[in-house]
Amino acid sequence: MLANEIYEILKKEFGDGILEFKEEAPSDPYISVEPSKIFDICHTLRDSSELMFDYLMCLSGLDLGESLGIVYHLYSFKHTHKIVIKTTVPKETPTLPSVMHLWRTADWHEREAFDLYGMIFSGHDNLIRILLPYDWEGYPMRKDYNEPEEYHGMRVPY
Amino acid sequence: MGLLNRLDDPFEGGGIILGKVEDLLNWGRSKSDWYLHFGLACCAIEFMALNASHFDFMRFGTIPRTSPRQADFIMITGTVTLKMADRIKILYEQMSEPKYVISIGSCSNCGGPYWEHGYHVLKGIDRIIPVDVYVPGCPPRPEAMEEGMIKLQKLIREQALFNGKDRIEELEAKKALKI
Amino acid sequence: MNETKKIQLEYSQMESDRMRLNVGPQHPSTHGVLRLEVEIDGEIVTEVIPHIGYLHRCFEKHCEKMTYPQVIPYVDRLDYISAMNNEWPYVMAVEKLLEIKVPEKVEYIRVIMAELNRIANHQIAVATFGLDAGAFTPFLYFFRDREYILWIMEKCSGARLLFNYFWIGGLAHDVYPSFKQEVLDAIKQVRKTNAEVMNLLIYNKIFIDRTANIGILPADVAINYACSGPTLRGSGVKWDLRKDDTYSIYNRFDFNIPVGKGEVGQLGDCWDRNIVRMYEMEESCKIIEQAVAQMPDTGDVKEAIPAKLRPPKGAEIYQRAENPKGELGFYVVSNGTEKPDRIKARGTSFVNLSVLPVISKGYMFADLILILGSIDIVLGEVDR
Repeated sequence: MLANEIYEILKKEFGDGILEFKEEAPSDPYISVEPSKIFDICHTLRDSSELMFDYLMCLSGLDLGESLGIVYHLYSFKHTHKIVIKTTVPKETPTLPSVMHLWRTADWHEREAFDLYGMIFSGHDNLIRILLPYDWEGYPMRKDYNEPEEYHGMRVPY
Repeated sequence: MGLLNRLDDPFEGGGIILGKVEDLLNWGRSKSDWYLHFGLACCAIEFMALNASHFDFMRFGTIPRTSPRQADFIMITGTVTLKMADRIKILYEQMSEPKYVISIGSCSNCGGPYWEHGYHVLKGIDRIIPVDVYVPGCPPRPEAMEEGMIKLQKLIREQALFNGKDRIEELEAKKALKI
Repeated sequence: MNETKKIQLEYSQMESDRMRLNVGPQHPSTHGVLRLEVEIDGEIVTEVIPHIGYLHRCFEKHCEKMTYPQVIPYVDRLDYISAMNNEWPYVMAVEKLLEIKVPEKVEYIRVIMAELNRIANHQIAVATFGLDAGAFTPFLYFFRDREYILWIMEKCSGARLLFNYFWIGGLAHDVYPSFKQEVLDAIKQVRKTNAEVMNLLIYNKIFIDRTANIGILPADVAINYACSGPTLRGSGVKWDLRKDDTYSIYNRFDFNIPVGKGEVGQLGDCWDRNIVRMYEMEESCKIIEQAVAQMPDTGDVKEAIPAKLRPPKGAEIYQRAENPKGELGFYVVSNGTEKPDRIKARGTSFVNLSVLPVISKGYMFADLILILGSIDIVLGEVDR
């Protein structure tokens, strides 16, 4: 199934929840959606018989300046089609629903996004830091992050 | 090589040589060093190659140990992150004197390629423990690691044993310089 | 399984205290600096919590600060056992953003290098898996043969482990005159040792007893956890990016996708995941032979390397390729300058490791080490 057909299906079901569809070479075609609807949209994407996106390839966080972006790359084993779902959340209240219970692989991906960008995935069972130490302060992949002078008595800068 | 040179030219009558006990002990110590292998990153793979058939690290008399209490020296092979640094310090402190450190690879020497933007990388293991031998490279070839081992053996052979203060002073001086 | 179940049943009728045990972060069997918090009930594992991040080297931060070609050495250091395979999806992603057509000869050299590196990776994987099970000899055999492959790569790129050989649009250096012959010689050696190891290790009764019927990963769980590579194929799913989402020139070669069949135990156990790696080495040999035969002798490997590297603003791409461990993907976002806006690496081992707590529950503690070994992780890629 092509990306614009997937967009039509989603648009029919969710209406205003789907914001934009863009297809422009060389980029992958993507659909941007409302953050609050992400769980329902992903549920449809996974379970609808014509979509069947059973494989979450990648979940990435992005820093877009004023807001934070989350990108889902999905793939279907059965229909061998791909789609990219994008959503943005404001930096002050970066909360959106977790998709961990749809694809278990999202568990660690979401923890990583929380660790590096500080997004809060509501409904995640165990949203704690994964890569950095548990007592680390700040979200290092944000563009305005300054690295600390000292950690546990060790100097950090060169 | 104080002792071995004397072996070539023993006193007549056979079987008797004169030498310092220190030399004898150092000779023995330098030929059987047990190490605590601290495989951290890419260098650990080269270290595995060093242990395998082509390079055969064990011919230096080294035996890998997994407990710091049985080890003479520790090999830091790879990038030391801040999360890991505390553990390395604990393990180093558990080793009994005399103890040595070989730092293998640019990362543990000075941060390597991660020196500038690595917010979570410790820029040099010598910020937390004193280092005896540095082996540069990213990753160093197995031959370079062997040379590091030869350097350490030389260091052990030339060490003053019975004047323990020397060693301690030496360490203090090193600490003062590096941190 | 019956044996374990029986012991489990006996244990469940007894009153017991549970114990929490730390494995790692410095432990020879965790294949790096992984820390496992294990809760055990006698000898039975009841819970495993992996703690990762002990090798978090800020890869993604470095990508934002470096130019596109400068990122390649950092990409090498993700999965440091198979560096050539790591470079490939990254350079492919940037080439697609810039719409560069790579010369024919470069494609062939890339295929040969990537497949050689796949063999080297699987050799380490099987060797260390053997070590976990207590077999030392295959380790020595495989490391002896791995050197022959590394010598070829060293002659081409100048490095033994981290190559920086695939450049955007081409290669760092051309291959040397006797390249083809040496590659064929190395393959011959690989095949010889594989046949030996098949008898010595894989079909050894002790090894089968240790690895069969433990760590069973059903196919639906594997897909839900987005496992890929031999971990997924061991569960019987015939899925390989080289065939199913083909890239480069892989459609020109004739090769099979080996899958686990549950030959000695249940489908998807540790033994199945391991045998897939052994068969894959043979398939790689086949691909290399065909590539060597088809490879053109003439051609400039540097002709398509762009002088200026500025992908269009806002362009983004997710490019994946079949790493020896599974699907390695790079999500590259451009902002119109010579530095990328964001690069996210979808680490294969990172994703594959997340399935460990599920498949290791209920087995003996000593089996946990084997289950971990059968997933074949590299911590550089887990922590990035």
